[in-house]
Amino acid sequence: QVEQVKLLDRFSTSNKSVTGTLYLTATHLLFIDSSQKETWILHHHIAAVEKLPLTTSGCPLVIQCKNFRIVHFVVPRERDCHDIYNSLLQLSKTAKYEELYAFSYNPKQNESEQVKGWQLIDLAEEYKRMGVPNAYWQLSDANRDYKICETYPKELYVPRTASKPIIVGSSKFRSKGRFPVLSYYHKNKEAAICRCSQPLSGFSARCLEDEHMLQAISKANPSNRYMYVMDTRPKLNAMANRAAGKGYENEDNYSNIRFQFVGIENIHVMRSSLQKLLEVSGTRGLSVNDFLSGLENSGWLRHIKAVVDAAVFLVKAIAVESASVLVHCSDGWDRTSQVCSLGALLLDSYYRTIKGFMVLIEKDWISFGHKFSDRCCQLDGDPKEISPVFTQFLECVWNLTEQFPQAFEYNEVFLLQIHEHVHSCQFGNFLGNCEKEREELKVKEKTYSLWPFLLAEQKKYRNPLYNPDFLPELTLLEPNTVSFNFKFWRNMYHQFDRSMHPRQSVLNLIMNLSEQNKQLEEDIKELEAKIKQRNGQSDVVLVKEHQQSAHPAPVALKTPPCFKKEQPPIPGNDAVRTIEGSNTADNRYSELVSEFSKAEPAVVSLEYGVARMTC
Amino acid sequence: MEFAELIKTPRADNVVLHRPFHAAVEGTLCLTGHHLIFSSRRHDNTEELWLLHSNIDSCEKRFVGSLGTIVIKCKDLRIIQLDIPGMEECLNIASSIEVLSTLDSVTLLYPFFYRPMFEVLEDGWRSFLPDQEFELLSSATDEWRLSCINKEFSVCPSYPPVVIVPKCITDEELRKVAMFRHGSRFPVLSYYHRKNGMIMMRSSQPLTGTNGRRCKEDEKLINASLRPGKRGYIIDTRSLNVAQQARAKGGGFEQEVHYPQWRRIHKGIERFNILQESLIKLVEACNDQSHNMDRWLSKLEASNWLTHVKEILTTACLAAQCIDREGASVLVHGTEGTDSTLQVTSLAQIILDPRCRTIRGFESLVVREWLQAGHPFQQRCAQSAYSNSKQKWEAPVFLLFLDCVWQILRQFPCSFEFNEQFLIMLFEHAYASQFGTFLGNSESERAKLKLPQKTMSLWSWVNRKEELSKFQNPIYEANSLVIWPAVAPQSLQLWAGVFLRWNRPSQYLEEAQEEMVKIIKYNKELQDKVKVLRRHLAEMEAAERVQGHL
Repeated sequence: QVEQVKLLDRFSTSNKSVTGTLYLTATHLLFIDSSQKETWILHHHIAAVEKLPLTTSGCPLVIQCKNFRIVHFVVPRERDCHDIYNSLLQLSKTAKYEELYAFSYNPKQNESEQVKGWQLIDLAEEYKRMGVPNAYWQLSDANRDYKICETYPKELYVPRTASKPIIVGSSKFRSKGRFPVLSYYHKNKEAAICRCSQPLSGFSARCLEDEHMLQAISKANPSNRYMYVMDTRPKLNAMANRAAGKGYENEDNYSNIRFQFVGIENIHVMRSSLQKLLEVSGTRGLSVNDFLSGLENSGWLRHIKAVVDAAVFLVKAIAVESASVLVHCSDGWDRTSQVCSLGALLLDSYYRTIKGFMVLIEKDWISFGHKFSDRCCQLDGDPKEISPVFTQFLECVWNLTEQFPQAFEYNEVFLLQIHEHVHSCQFGNFLGNCEKEREELKVKEKTYSLWPFLLAEQKKYRNPLYNPDFLPELTLLEPNTVSFNFKFWRNMYHQFDRSMHPRQSVLNLIMNLSEQNKQLEEDIKELEAKIKQRNGQSDVVLVKEHQQSAHPAPVALKTPPCFKKEQPPIPGNDAVRTIEGSNTADNRYSELVSEFSKAEPAVVSLEYGVARMTC
Repeated sequence: MEFAELIKTPRADNVVLHRPFHAAVEGTLCLTGHHLIFSSRRHDNTEELWLLHSNIDSCEKRFVGSLGTIVIKCKDLRIIQLDIPGMEECLNIASSIEVLSTLDSVTLLYPFFYRPMFEVLEDGWRSFLPDQEFELLSSATDEWRLSCINKEFSVCPSYPPVVIVPKCITDEELRKVAMFRHGSRFPVLSYYHRKNGMIMMRSSQPLTGTNGRRCKEDEKLINASLRPGKRGYIIDTRSLNVAQQARAKGGGFEQEVHYPQWRRIHKGIERFNILQESLIKLVEACNDQSHNMDRWLSKLEASNWLTHVKEILTTACLAAQCIDREGASVLVHGTEGTDSTLQVTSLAQIILDPRCRTIRGFESLVVREWLQAGHPFQQRCAQSAYSNSKQKWEAPVFLLFLDCVWQILRQFPCSFEFNEQFLIMLFEHAYASQFGTFLGNSESERAKLKLPQKTMSLWSWVNRKEELSKFQNPIYEANSLVIWPAVAPQSLQLWAGVFLRWNRPSQYLEEAQEEMVKIIKYNKELQDKVKVLRRHLAEMEAAERVQGHL
């Protein structure tokens, strides 16, 4: 506990700050300011801690979080600052999974609730929903003991004609043994999205089993004789891989495949792209042109567009040509996950529901071994393995929700909340790098699943404009991918910089209104029933009335319980999650008053880095 | 001149109309004196497109064999293409459009011929008179008076006949001040902040010249707006450099020695062709769908449009801040005081004054701070983003103002009585209209053209119930507070409703908007129903009680 700590406003040009007390708990860093406002920071969320050179007012400490919160403290005494710094360094870097928050987090659920929570998302059920197994596709037990591929789940769906030797042979020809398996099956078109890793083709190697495997996939689609193979990497990268004995499919060796590169960059490019983006967006007193050129130089939106473009290519092959598509990148767990899941989301409206989106993440990301632990740096590990691949996926989805405001059951807050928990290590879902690891960690016994918690508070995550009949079932969502449709996701990268957001939120308002509508509908039913009852039983009432008059309570003064609902709706008071204020108290006007009255006479500073008067 | 002489081919059949995101349609093209009309009859579905010639910014023709193609680019940024069979017809039509869309004489424009199809309930020309504004003011303060010094537009040609000035300044003194200000635009009252009695004035630059001329009456006038012992701020919308250069041409800025109670702040709001170039570049970038991400972002950046938006908003925030937070009076001017000055004074009022966020209040603001204040609409809005004319006086000053309003509206979606459509409508009418409101460059020109007698006012049309309903914001809730917009680059957005309007499918966004309105309406219905039922129940209970007592 350190007192008299100042929390600086990140973008204020006048170094305005609030003073409060800093507490360090086993799991969180907590700051309580003089107005009792609390700022909680989970240790696992801390990406970097930096001690800046000593100033006259104290020792500055900058904490960068994985959810893009940046806090700037000034600690009066250097020793305290040093202590906090060291503690945070230790606490934010965990060496063992067992030390992660999820293993100590106790939401007061009993065991059966915990088990039920884990059963909420059932992937076998999901494949059934898609229509497999069927005449062409079957469940394979080849990977029962993770023998063929450690990073795949146990239950895999493959074409019926792909025998075990073919599977085994193909897996030996694929990087990390990740042979082609079913990711999504489109009932109406009988076409499939399959995924795998790159072939170990080098310059000339071939593998008959792998060729058989692809043929089996192709033949499992009765409506089209050719299939697409999408290499999501830039051609140059794929070619470079050949030198290392890896590479891409040679069209001559495989019958009836159409091969296509789509050019999504690798994890290292993405990591440095995000780094650049954050540098730009974190600049104080940023000009419009510096922002736009910084945005351009970071390449971030270019990458986002590339992922969506790839998904659009994929779904057109399926929806327009009824062709099956095999997607891969290098290892088939980053770009492949992005493109497969986004493709399925465009094809199938189920994934645009709250539950469906959970299923999609469980399937294409968690079960197929996206390396959440490495990519999100859950344990102290190789910084070169960190990459915002999943964040990009969420951002692609957000861009789609902006283009199709009625197509999604969930809202932006839902996406942000998932992003929060991918990094929080509070729930077991995203721990580790693959199913096998999670099994070894006994995640399902020792930790809780995130999804039931999100479902329990799904009111917050509902899109009030959602229209389930927006498009007929299994009708393709066709986004426009012209560059100007992609926007900087302010609510993600400046989620905690409230001064940057609209002061009134249409989303919150409409959410409240539609909630209120439901309540009003019930009130009406109740009132109507009461009136009906009175009409029917006026005789009985007469008798009752006599008794009531014995202790008369003036009706006019009694406030019926439903009256409360006529008051303006109050937005969710969960301060951390409320992104945009919708009532006047949230608008910071009161805060503004005190801010301006404090301004020095010679220099007038405007809130939000607006301007400086120069005299 | 007869329009018929200019129209050699008044009608062409089998013309094909192409528009982005619409299937091509075949139909008949007609030219009239003021309109290009395209109509297609398919089955029982008749579709008509009416385009004012004055809305046409550029017209290009090209031929493939005998099939001619005319590409028409409009001032509202829409682009359509017409395929016209027959070389002669096509040439005739193209040349007619060229002439009709660039008529020299104002009195030949459509507003002088337009006969309204609606009943005029309120004459918009008389809806917003300075006297009414003054009446409002005098209920709050008696330090100001209405001066008729400019009655015949004899003192300042770009000012209205009556202006509001400090009570202690005589007309004689005003005359002297007028001699000291560029274009005779002496300081007049722009806004009175009821909350603390602070005021905002606007004017043009003082004519100090290189030898630092001064004018005692000018000093007296602007000092009259100060509270005893208080200081004020002069916001010069030009950078210090530009202001200093202006001295060589006889202009200049207020010297500290002569205005010791005032602190001067320079901001760099651009004007004229720099803005026009910016608009041209922006529209070019928005219209090219093939740009990859890097190219789009660099084109957006190179256009500088959002930089202008940020600069204007920032300056307006500054003016508002001086008034509301510092409790100081403010004088705003640039060079002429007809462009950036008005952007700043009008935006500051939107930030400060809840009345300006209502439909009527905003209309009144446009009339007061733009039309009566002498923004030369006819010059500025003569051409839009597609024309090659490149005249120095063309500039999207008003569009930039509307864009800034839209940015604030986006940040405070519940605080405005009007919606985005209202702003877009004003943009359209400022550039091409059947109404006379935006014709002319000043009140004196409007008086000479007898616009109030000869043309219909836009406000007469807008302020009818049928039209108003289109422009009302369903989530409006009067907010009496000052609204401070965020101006960080991350908080500003490209105004898609104007610049991407014709370049992206809008169906889903519109449907979502409708759904939103439905939820709001349904909420009102339910609330009403609950009230009725509750009253009904209470009445029943009361009746029962009476019966019970009996």
